[in-house]
Amino acid sequence: MANVMLEVRELTTKYITRFREDVYAVDHVSLKVEEGKSLGIAGESGCGKSTLALSLMGYYFPPLHYTSGEIIIDGRNISGMDPDEIRKSVLGTEISYIPQSAMNALNPTQKIIHFIEDVIHAHEEYTPPTDIHKLARESFEALGLSADVLQKYPVELSGGMKQRTVIAISAILFPKVLIADEPSSALDVTSQKMVIKMLKYMMEQKLIKSMIFITHELPLLYNVTDDIMVMYAGQIVEKGTAKETVFDPLHPYAKGLMGSIIVPESGLRDVELAAIPGVPPNLKNPPCGCRFAERCKYARPECEAFSVPLRDAGGGRAYRCILSEDELRKAYAREARKNDR
Amino acid sequence: MTDEKKLCLSGSGLTKVFGFGHQKTVAVDHVDFNFYEGEIVSIVGESGSGKTTLAKMLLGLLSPTEGEVYFQGQKRDISTHRKKQEYWKNIQAIFQDPFSSYNMFNKIDSVLLDCIHMRGGRRLPRAKKVELMAEACSFVNLKFEELTNKYPFELSGGQMQRLMIARIFLLKPKILLADEPTSMIDACSRATILGMLLKLVFETGMTLIFITHDLGLAYYVSDSICIMEHGKIVESGSPDEVILHPKEAYTKRLINDVPKIHAEWDLTTV
Repeated sequence: MANVMLEVRELTTKYITRFREDVYAVDHVSLKVEEGKSLGIAGESGCGKSTLALSLMGYYFPPLHYTSGEIIIDGRNISGMDPDEIRKSVLGTEISYIPQSAMNALNPTQKIIHFIEDVIHAHEEYTPPTDIHKLARESFEALGLSADVLQKYPVELSGGMKQRTVIAISAILFPKVLIADEPSSALDVTSQKMVIKMLKYMMEQKLIKSMIFITHELPLLYNVTDDIMVMYAGQIVEKGTAKETVFDPLHPYAKGLMGSIIVPESGLRDVELAAIPGVPPNLKNPPCGCRFAERCKYARPECEAFSVPLRDAGGGRAYRCILSEDELRKAYAREARKNDR
Repeated sequence: MTDEKKLCLSGSGLTKVFGFGHQKTVAVDHVDFNFYEGEIVSIVGESGSGKTTLAKMLLGLLSPTEGEVYFQGQKRDISTHRKKQEYWKNIQAIFQDPFSSYNMFNKIDSVLLDCIHMRGGRRLPRAKKVELMAEACSFVNLKFEELTNKYPFELSGGQMQRLMIARIFLLKPKILLADEPTSMIDACSRATILGMLLKLVFETGMTLIFITHDLGLAYYVSDSICIMEHGKIVESGSPDEVILHPKEAYTKRLINDVPKIHAEWDLTTV
């Protein structure tokens, strides 16, 4: 049994709007990431992927508020800790975060080495500059980046290079969990591949112990992560290994997402793209039953009446639907037959 | 079959050079192309390969340094603003960023009204105009009653992009140029937008020039694909030829770099 690096139990966080309304963007989410494993989170925009990433760090600032649940990193409970304490002892060493717009995260007036100094000084105030330079040079060279980058300004670097620099900086203190929030969405395919290669290399070399990868691009997620979790309206709707989730999804929403995959492979042109009609529910007053019921092809009257718990399907799989596994599979088979005709 | 196809837009030796002297950048380099009526053409390339510059030249927003654009076999004449406006009745565009495609001081009905006026519907009675606008909105699954008196920034990105398609529905140009219309939208709404775009194109029989960096998307939508590298079209042909049996090393590399789900993604070749 491998060490559990990150365990989250029933985490709920909310945004409080200007009008004092509560928006539960992360609603009773539980997850577990083991050492050497990576977890992918998929879902459409506004489903709470990025909020979950922020919540996992335990670093809350208004309008985001912590409500309940536990975040345990390598045996240490960090939920409810003082933000200042978290910044000093958790961020960087235990958990590290690559934001969505990492390209704009660098101050254009500072050299790259300055950011690394900043990170290290936040944890140990009296580190001599020579040590920092040595550490920076070593870790940059280990990741295949030139040490010259350290003395450059962010504007001198290309987009892909900036992204890789940010990743290198975020891993400089060997965090146990690295959260990558759409690290490659603004890059072209070649730079994207370089970024992914670097993240995989870091996992192999144990520079980071586990990774959470957030994106809406399923082919990418399938290639990067071991497990995939699909989120919808703040809740987990499907959980399983990458292969199971992509090729044999259980939840109707996950099924719909998998139907919208576009890859340049033969046979794609004959397939009709499956778009999911409608829009996600407003989280200010979410429906009391299944949150997907409104858009679901297979919805029944009871779907809208009762809230659905996450059901275990064995082997680490789970899904949130009122129908059983067999019923869902039968429904999909019927749908496929109808399309064939 | 080739005899039946009517030439819609073509270019010969189209070139755009930015800057001069040692700072000279050749964005588009002697590009020749023939786009036929009713065809869906994709132009694929990495960032910086000159896709958008080519698109702007086709739209007449940038004047080419060298070469000519021919519209329906005739040399394109956009020397005056009036002639340009005449040309824009035939060619319209959807841009990448829906947030910056609208004038944010204009309400949504005025955006759509402009389109009706451009088609010569200025004298139509108000009720007829509203009917046309409502029809366009319902084509893209928006409710016109909810949109009146709203400003574009009050909509979500996907809704804005759909409104853009509603505009094209009213304008009915001969050529539609879509410059990465789905790159700012997440994978789920992408299928919806794409479906609407294709439905519009099939219904009106317009030519679609689809500019994208996503090979999968290009393979899915198009009748023919042009691959651009550093301002040159290096390979073109039918999607099956180009994507499944590429000849050029550059095309092979591009296809190799896209994550796939049925084949192994080779990470060693970067």
